Amino acid sequence: MKQNFGSFVKKESLHILRDTRTMLVVMLIPVVLMVLFGFAISTEVNNIPVAVVAPNRTDGVEKAVDRLAHNEYFSFKGYISATEIDEQLRTGKVSAVVVFDADFDKKLAQQQAGVPITPAIQLIVDASNVNTANSSVAYMQGILLGTASQQAMFETRMLFNPQMKSAYNFVPGIMGFIFILVCAMMTSVSIVREKEVGTMEVLLVSPVRPVKIIFAKMIPYFGISFVVLVVMLVLARFLLDVPMSGGVWGILAVSILYLLLALSLGLLVSTIAQTQLVALLVSAVVMMMPIMMLSGMMFPIENLPDFFKVVSHIIPARWYNDAIRKMMIQGVSIVDVWHDVVILVGMTVLLITVSLKKFNDKLE
Amino acid sequence: MNAIEIKNISKSYGELKALDNVSFEVKKGELFGLIGPDGAGKTTLFRLLTTLINPDAGSATVDGLDIMKDYREIRTRVGYMPGRFSLYPDLSVEENLQFFAAIFGVTVEQSYHLVAPIYKQIEPFKTRRAGKLSGGMKQKLALSCALIHCPSVLFLDEPTTGVDAVSRSEFWDMLSNLKKQGITILVSTPYMDEASRCDRIALMNEGRILGIDTPENMVKAFDLPLYGVKAKNMFALLEVVRKQLGVLNCYPFGEMHHLVADASFNAEEMKKTLANVDGFCIEPVVPTIEDMFIKLMKP
Repeated sequence: MKQNFGSFVKKESLHILRDTRTMLVVMLIPVVLMVLFGFAISTEVNNIPVAVVAPNRTDGVEKAVDRLAHNEYFSFKGYISATEIDEQLRTGKVSAVVVFDADFDKKLAQQQAGVPITPAIQLIVDASNVNTANSSVAYMQGILLGTASQQAMFETRMLFNPQMKSAYNFVPGIMGFIFILVCAMMTSVSIVREKEVGTMEVLLVSPVRPVKIIFAKMIPYFGISFVVLVVMLVLARFLLDVPMSGGVWGILAVSILYLLLALSLGLLVSTIAQTQLVALLVSAVVMMMPIMMLSGMMFPIENLPDFFKVVSHIIPARWYNDAIRKMMIQGVSIVDVWHDVVILVGMTVLLITVSLKKFNDKLE
Repeated sequence: MNAIEIKNISKSYGELKALDNVSFEVKKGELFGLIGPDGAGKTTLFRLLTTLINPDAGSATVDGLDIMKDYREIRTRVGYMPGRFSLYPDLSVEENLQFFAAIFGVTVEQSYHLVAPIYKQIEPFKTRRAGKLSGGMKQKLALSCALIHCPSVLFLDEPTTGVDAVSRSEFWDMLSNLKKQGITILVSTPYMDEASRCDRIALMNEGRILGIDTPENMVKAFDLPLYGVKAKNMFALLEVVRKQLGVLNCYPFGEMHHLVADASFNAEEMKKTLANVDGFCIEPVVPTIEDMFIKLMKP
């Protein structure tokens, strides 16, 4: 019986290899998405034009402006007077204006001497793009205040990704998304195709147990997804400079677990759907949208309305994103994301059990 | 022991009664034909016997095995060729055959003797994708795949539908050969003219068996006078003839209409009455299975 399992896997691989168009799409989509999200669609702060209002260009002010001017994320457009602020922002010549107190230096000196006083800086930002505005404010605060004592003034500090590079956020998101696409959608469609074309009828009237047919289908798709996984990790590391400080092996292990989960999801879809179109719709609409919206890929889970926050718990990609993000950017090891791993394992076991129970070796 | 025994089987799909209290037996080594139009319940019966669906009522055995209890064992013993082409169009002829051999745990070499007479005809195209074969070749490949594990019972659901006349005739020759090897064959067809190639036939319509017999006896059982009538205007003729005395039924049949008469009917009388009908002629004809089918269909 081992031999016929092998021939099943061979047959499935032939199906995939001969469908070059689908193969190409599967291999290209991840690359395109990576590049697109990594470069084009970016919420990061880049070359923000900034002007400065400083009634007294004292040492402290100059130093702070210097730091700003030398930062690649901002471009310093020169000093302006307080009356020009409005016009400069409105015409779009600058996106942010930094206003220093007239007695900024004096206060700074007093503060350093221990007087409980804070030198004030006003940030006036063009918030027509909320994302950019938010991140530039956060980042400017970090730059303008240099010394340790001054940093104490701010409660927030961007850890791990201070430049808020969006690629860092998108890479785990895209991975969580792509594997559902490749594994769940393609396996479910390929199983349902056999039902639709009628070959399932012939396969069922044979000594082969249907479970075997199904698992044989999962193997080549697992193979493809693994290749995609490696391609994505290489792209992320060398093209987008994602640090992956938590160790590649941990990331691989969690990703493989996620692949298995996606495959079993596809299996479940195939037990419900009777036609390829339904399988496609279920995988695309029912699964993709929640993954994009509720997994933290597009929007942080903390920002979701309470109802969707609860719903997000059943989205596998949420836990995968969480684990991968921590391992890629925060640099923790797989041990530190154990609760994500446990949840993913649980979901996989549940999905496989349910779909095996649902799988029917008759036609009705 | 009979190869197939069906007892009072019924199966409904919602309101539709696909099979209504069907019973018959197929003897070992018999070539048994199920003849009936689309929707007669042939495919449902095949799916029941190949254990793909369960009956609502009744029971059946294949090779002495119960279709409900022993369905796994039945699946190892029978060969099944569904109505539509059910091979992998993107795999080559050879790959399809090897795959089906593998799932039955045999090699192509082991059962080559059985498949060879059929497979040899498509072997020159063995590297061609199955989807690119002609209708007749597809059927030959499907039959080869269904035979690869030397089944004891072969189920062929409308194997000749959509196949040209020459290939159809060849296909029936192949079935006769397989029969000689001791394989029981249950085959369905909507073509009445193929019935004579079977040992015994069952006429089916709307989920019921109308009659079971050998094709010869089936025709002999047609005990009413049968004539063929012709005229220039065939359509108008149908209406005219049906109104005549002693005519039980008249229906289009190829290039003429068949006329079923009762004992009081006289062909010479009709010739006189319809002398004014352009090109009218009438002659006695030998009944066929189709005439029998039409007779049985009318209650």
